Amino acid sequence: MAKRDESSELLRELVAHLRQNRTQLREEWVGRISETRLLTAMTKEEIFAEATSVYDSYVEALETETFEALQAYARNLSERIIPRGVETHEVVGIVLLLRDVLARSLFAKYQTDFKKLNRILDAYEPAANRIANTVAVGFVQERERVIRQQQEAIRELSTPVLQVRERLLILPIIGVIDPQRARQLTEQLLRGIRTNRAKVVVIDITGVAAMDVTVANHLVQTVEASRLLGATVIVTGLSPEIAQTLVTIGVDLGKMNTVGDLQGGIEQAERLLGYKVAALIEPS
Amino acid sequence: MEVPILKQGAVLIATFQAALSDADLNQLRSALVQQVVRFRSRGVIVDVTAMDVMDSFASRTLREIAHIIRLRGAETVIVGIQPEVAFAMVQLGLTLEGVATALDLEEGLAYLNQKFKTMK
Repeated sequence: MAKRDESSELLRELVAHLRQNRTQLREEWVGRISETRLLTAMTKEEIFAEATSVYDSYVEALETETFEALQAYARNLSERIIPRGVETHEVVGIVLLLRDVLARSLFAKYQTDFKKLNRILDAYEPAANRIANTVAVGFVQERERVIRQQQEAIRELSTPVLQVRERLLILPIIGVIDPQRARQLTEQLLRGIRTNRAKVVVIDITGVAAMDVTVANHLVQTVEASRLLGATVIVTGLSPEIAQTLVTIGVDLGKMNTVGDLQGGIEQAERLLGYKVAALIEPS
Repeated sequence: MEVPILKQGAVLIATFQAALSDADLNQLRSALVQQVVRFRSRGVIVDVTAMDVMDSFASRTLREIAHIIRLRGAETVIVGIQPEVAFAMVQLGLTLEGVATALDLEEGLAYLNQKFKTMK
């Protein structure tokens, strides 16, 4: 019998054994999961339900020797459990536990025939390892996808371009600016200038703790690009540290309009636009 | 391809069509200077709304145009730079320094009128 046929023959035998003893092996596995305190974010019933699906997918992957269905299942499972707070080490842990539980049952079954046990393990081990790999990678990829999605949402939420007067926009920046966010900020601002026909923009960076040279350069570029669209930029809220960074990189501060705080910036913007703000009722 | 130059009172308006060759840009520079002299214009608006890319030659030519025209006592305003083009320009260090810019034709005319008042 060719090696490949023998291997498939053994896998079939193995799969039959796993199906026959499904109930008992699954129970043993769930028990090991509780023992090692994995999946604490899920209830016993949930663990049991997922365990059943995982077990069946596992055996099916062994049987068909294809892993696409398992990959799809792994991503689907990850999509459900990641919001529940399940971590990577837990998912890898339970898959390895299942591998161990099934391996032990093979040892038990073939303990009298060492040669056969070896041949069965030759068939089982590569497949089992591939399964563990597929599930772990599927989980991690799903996690990365979620993180990217969240980052995108945060970026969009945190760079509002606000019109506070005719022709006057405010861009309050809060938090960490990385080059990618800086680029997005600039694009959003330039579009906003064109849409709102803004002549003055106040960029407030009170909420920005630190800025490296790359980002400082982005800020300068933003000011220059805004000018090309006919808008004057006033930068407000520079911390001493950021002011130092700007001086260090040799920013021509004659080119950049800066004012201490947002209030001052808006007042200057209003002057530039020819607004005058007066109280309706004189304070007595 | 020749760039059309229209006269609006004391202002000349040159409107770029999409892609301009280096020769076209040189031709525009000569034409604008000639017409500023001929009509004794006080202002020039170069409308680049239709331009989807600005390279260093175009940028330099625009600055030269503004410079030459200022020597004739007239003011140049570049209008209609698109957001994407502006972004690309500053990344290449093409800032059109020393040249006035405005959002569009309307803003450009408003800017020149304001300038004319203060220049009187």
